[in-house]
Amino acid sequence: MSDYTGNEIMTVVAARALSNEDVCFVGIGAPSAACNLARLTHAPGITLIYESGTIGTRPDVLPLSIGDGELCDTALTTVSVPEMFRYWLQGGRITVGFLGGAQIDRFANLNTTVVGPYAKPKVRLPGGGGAPEIATQCGQIFITMAQTPRAFVPKLDFITSFGHGEGGDHRRRLGISTRGPTRLITDLAVLEPEPGTQEMVVTSMHPGVTREQLTAATGWALRFAAELRETAPPSREELGVLRELQERTRHAHAGSPGG
Amino acid sequence: MSTRSRFLPLSAAVEECVRDGDHVAMEGFTHLIPFAAGHEVIRQRRRRLTLYRMTPDLIYDQLIGMGAAERLVFSWGGNPGVGSLHRLRDAVENGWPGPLELIEHSHAAMANAYDAGAANLPLAVLRGYLGTDLPRVNRTIRTLRCPFTGEELAAVPAIRPDVAIIHAQKADAEGNVLLEGIVGVQKQAVLAARRALVTVEERVESFGPRSPNSVILPAWTLSAISVVPRGAHPSYAHGYYKRDNGFYIAWDRIARERDSFQAWVREHVLGKAS
Repeated sequence: MSDYTGNEIMTVVAARALSNEDVCFVGIGAPSAACNLARLTHAPGITLIYESGTIGTRPDVLPLSIGDGELCDTALTTVSVPEMFRYWLQGGRITVGFLGGAQIDRFANLNTTVVGPYAKPKVRLPGGGGAPEIATQCGQIFITMAQTPRAFVPKLDFITSFGHGEGGDHRRRLGISTRGPTRLITDLAVLEPEPGTQEMVVTSMHPGVTREQLTAATGWALRFAAELRETAPPSREELGVLRELQERTRHAHAGSPGG
Repeated sequence: MSTRSRFLPLSAAVEECVRDGDHVAMEGFTHLIPFAAGHEVIRQRRRRLTLYRMTPDLIYDQLIGMGAAERLVFSWGGNPGVGSLHRLRDAVENGWPGPLELIEHSHAAMANAYDAGAANLPLAVLRGYLGTDLPRVNRTIRTLRCPFTGEELAAVPAIRPDVAIIHAQKADAEGNVLLEGIVGVQKQAVLAARRALVTVEERVESFGPRSPNSVILPAWTLSAISVVPRGAHPSYAHGYYKRDNGFYIAWDRIARERDSFQAWVREHVLGKAS
């Protein structure tokens, strides 16, 4: 049917949302691929920051970890981790933060801490890392996640990072002045907060995806915006650059397992 | 911290600096993780440690799986880019090999808490944890009101470890230590701790030409130095060797089962003298 994967269109659509002027706090995985795809296509001037302290980095391959040497080697400068979180993130210098998670709810709150009760978890997840403060201190938040009913849940087991809380003006009530999650980009669609309620609603469906498919992939009663768009498919150039980037990355990380 | 740093074999340095029941911070943000020193702590069978680390990484997965820790203070406990730390998960989910108390923070709070420890303050203040459930499960996350603006801010206790353990590129003849690349929170951890053990890639006569702003820990801030080439592997040392991403990927399979984990430690840690 299509000549690209769900993960590829998710990454391409996320890349398109970034501009040359953005200062972007990058996470590992899909966010890293999207940010570097943007840099290698329409946004060569974008500033990429990884929480390990690297500012203005231009990696040739995607890092496996947040602190690979490639990031430091190609950065404008590398600062300490306390400086990164105090001056650059809390200082309000970051325009876009990228997040993902194991679970998300309809107001784009995220759980990366536990599945099940905290004291006796069914699955212990890695935890918050930088996310709790990224979620409130970046100008806006983009989220990339594969859309499944297991991940898109009616109620989170744990709020690791705050999205729109219970909706409406919940962010303002907590004294948070940033915009929070403005786009949730999945392998099937793009969701954006509905003005007023701040509930994430579908605003763009990827080519070939149906409403029924989206509803089935979501654990809450998913709603659709009145004006629904179809996502433009990835262009030949976007796919080409992304695949070359990932091929270089695979090649670079094929190490020698052993002691 | 009163004594001038001394060059010691790794086993003697760990024996002197790390005691049962200590609060220990082995730092290094992806880069310069002190694996060789951590392995020596495992070999010396230290017990009841409270381990501090922003990103526990494989080194704490190994220490936890070998039963060295009773408490973990951390902010992100995964195998970066790969997935879970299976030994950490087994301890939390099943209490194997023993129960592990978690004191869980965000990166921003941990970084601020080390900084406060180095600055000899009792607490760190940050605009953090807004809207999250973390303060509900960690009673050391509190709030205070700014006396000047009235803003409510998060407060966490300063981190003051008994011992900080880090890895660095170079020590000079006098025992001063130079760090380069991603420097993480190591300077803060060392200056926050009562004792500091540093492993280095090499000992040089002098550091030679360098930026006047290089990150240098003077000898008199350190307790012991051990020269351990490749002492950060499978993490890396900027300018010496790259991160062994293949090993991080392989660790997922090694650590998934208790048997394969123990076999790996027997062969690669316990069976090797430092």
